Amino acid sequence: MLAYAARRLMLLPISLFLVALVTFVVLRLTGNPVDIFLDVTSTPEQVAALTEKLHLDEPIPIQFLIFLRDLAQGDFGVSLQFNEPALSTVFQRLGGTLQLAGTGLLIAIVVGVILGLVCAVWRDRFADLAISSVAVAGQSMPSFWLGILLIQLFALKLGWLPTSGAGGWRHMILPAVTLATFLLPNIILITRASVLEMSGEQFVIAARAKGLSRLRVLLTHVLPVSLNPLLSFLGIQIGTLMGGSIITETIFAWPGVGRLMLTSISNRDVPVVEAGVLVIAVGIVLTNLAVDLLQMLIDPRIRRH
Amino acid sequence: MSATTQRPRRALFGKGFKMTLGGGIVLGAVLVAIFAPLIAPYDPYQQSLSMRMKPPAWMTGGSAAHWLGTDAYGRDLLSRLIYGSRLSILVGVTSMLFSCLLGSAAGLIAGYKGGRWEQVIMRFADAQMAFPDILLAILMVAALGGSAVNLIFVLGVSRWMIYARVVFNLTRSLRQRPFVEAATLYGASDRYVVWRHLLPQMVPVLTVVSTLQVAQMVLQETALSYLGLGLPAPTATWGNILSEGSSRLFVAPWIANLAGLAIIILVWGINMLGNGLREHVDPKSRLAPR
Repeated sequence: MLAYAARRLMLLPISLFLVALVTFVVLRLTGNPVDIFLDVTSTPEQVAALTEKLHLDEPIPIQFLIFLRDLAQGDFGVSLQFNEPALSTVFQRLGGTLQLAGTGLLIAIVVGVILGLVCAVWRDRFADLAISSVAVAGQSMPSFWLGILLIQLFALKLGWLPTSGAGGWRHMILPAVTLATFLLPNIILITRASVLEMSGEQFVIAARAKGLSRLRVLLTHVLPVSLNPLLSFLGIQIGTLMGGSIITETIFAWPGVGRLMLTSISNRDVPVVEAGVLVIAVGIVLTNLAVDLLQMLIDPRIRRH
Repeated sequence: MSATTQRPRRALFGKGFKMTLGGGIVLGAVLVAIFAPLIAPYDPYQQSLSMRMKPPAWMTGGSAAHWLGTDAYGRDLLSRLIYGSRLSILVGVTSMLFSCLLGSAAGLIAGYKGGRWEQVIMRFADAQMAFPDILLAILMVAALGGSAVNLIFVLGVSRWMIYARVVFNLTRSLRQRPFVEAATLYGASDRYVVWRHLLPQMVPVLTVVSTLQVAQMVLQETALSYLGLGLPAPTATWGNILSEGSSRLFVAPWIANLAGLAIIILVWGINMLGNGLREHVDPKSRLAPR
């Protein structure tokens, strides 16, 4: 078990290195960094300062090492919009993104698992056909369009909820529901498939033969083992969740890292874009690690391979 | 639990129905895209100050001159949607082909060579699974600006590992099949084995995966355009129309809604076709998550 955890931990620096490498290649090597970081009105002094800051006169491998050193120290340069270190700008908005992503994920899991269970229990009945068909159709739906429909219905037509922005819990409902729909269809279908698969296992038949009620068997024997495929799916989909969060923040003008990065692109504030991308990527890598280790604790069978 | 009683699964739609309906929708969309200049009633970029934000014909204030109404610059929405289908389909198919080539080559090398190749390629694929394509798009657009080539590159690169995994697993299992082992024993070259024995076996599965991936690419393209990370503004893409429309939900909700409807019909059609094909190739796989 420790060997597995150690092997998994060894992948961590590789993933982090790849993220840093991609960022470096795109921002420093695809074009002229001076053009990327400064606009056309830049003075020679600004160009000289940038050349010194990014060490553009050094060979590229040396530049990359300096880039890695700056990353390790959390030094992304100064935000042009806010005139403060880019990393602290990003951290100020990180709370908003985590709040939204956490609530969205919670809604997706709770609703998705319940609907998936309903489908599995009443397999091939009306409820199953209706929910499964909607879930399959939901895979074809651009989730941001759903967000726009929700705004029209609940904010503009009925006037129950605010259209956008942040504030009390009422501001949270529409963005969180929209974000939840990025994952919901797959959670329903995975839960359904996984519960159906586990229902045929010997230990389930044994539990029924022992005289336990169907509900009891479902909740205490089938559901816990069925959650494992779901957990590994969620580990992979943390990226989708963060991507969805960036889109949702834009639809609802939610103050998070995603919207910060998009406004920073139009303001040519590259240090903030760079810091935002790296913070989110590192967050995803760490969450993935946590999910893998959690899975290992839940299901002892994984420890053996 | 009814699951233990093995009743044959009643399907709401059969695979033939799915392939016909999905294929029909896709064929229709492709024809519209090809013949856009003949079908579109107006030039999609022609502005008209007097015809700004006219509602569709069936709403009060609408007229038959603009069936689906006009946008904030007085451009005919139907014509913009028709021309938009060109870019959506073009970008979707091109980026699918790009990622299919990239991923299949990687998966083939990893599965055929094994060892260190497998470790490097498959670990890289694992690492990238976690990296959302939107982050890559944000970096690319910050560095290079939005263009069709960048969009196709981002979409293609961000999904290569799906093909890599499929092809990797197929290659590994096919290599142990007697006909491949026989060919190797008879002294066939690697290239001969790959082209003659491995790739032909993969065509059905790759067709299914690719079809479903086009749907994902179209969705992702509209999402990136919506965020302003796709093609620059005046270009008629479905994502751009949706994005422009969503800032005018109060006064002209039909712009965003009709663009969304166009997207969902095409993507649903492609998914139907892909699911039908998948059931044709592998009858056990119904309702699998993606």
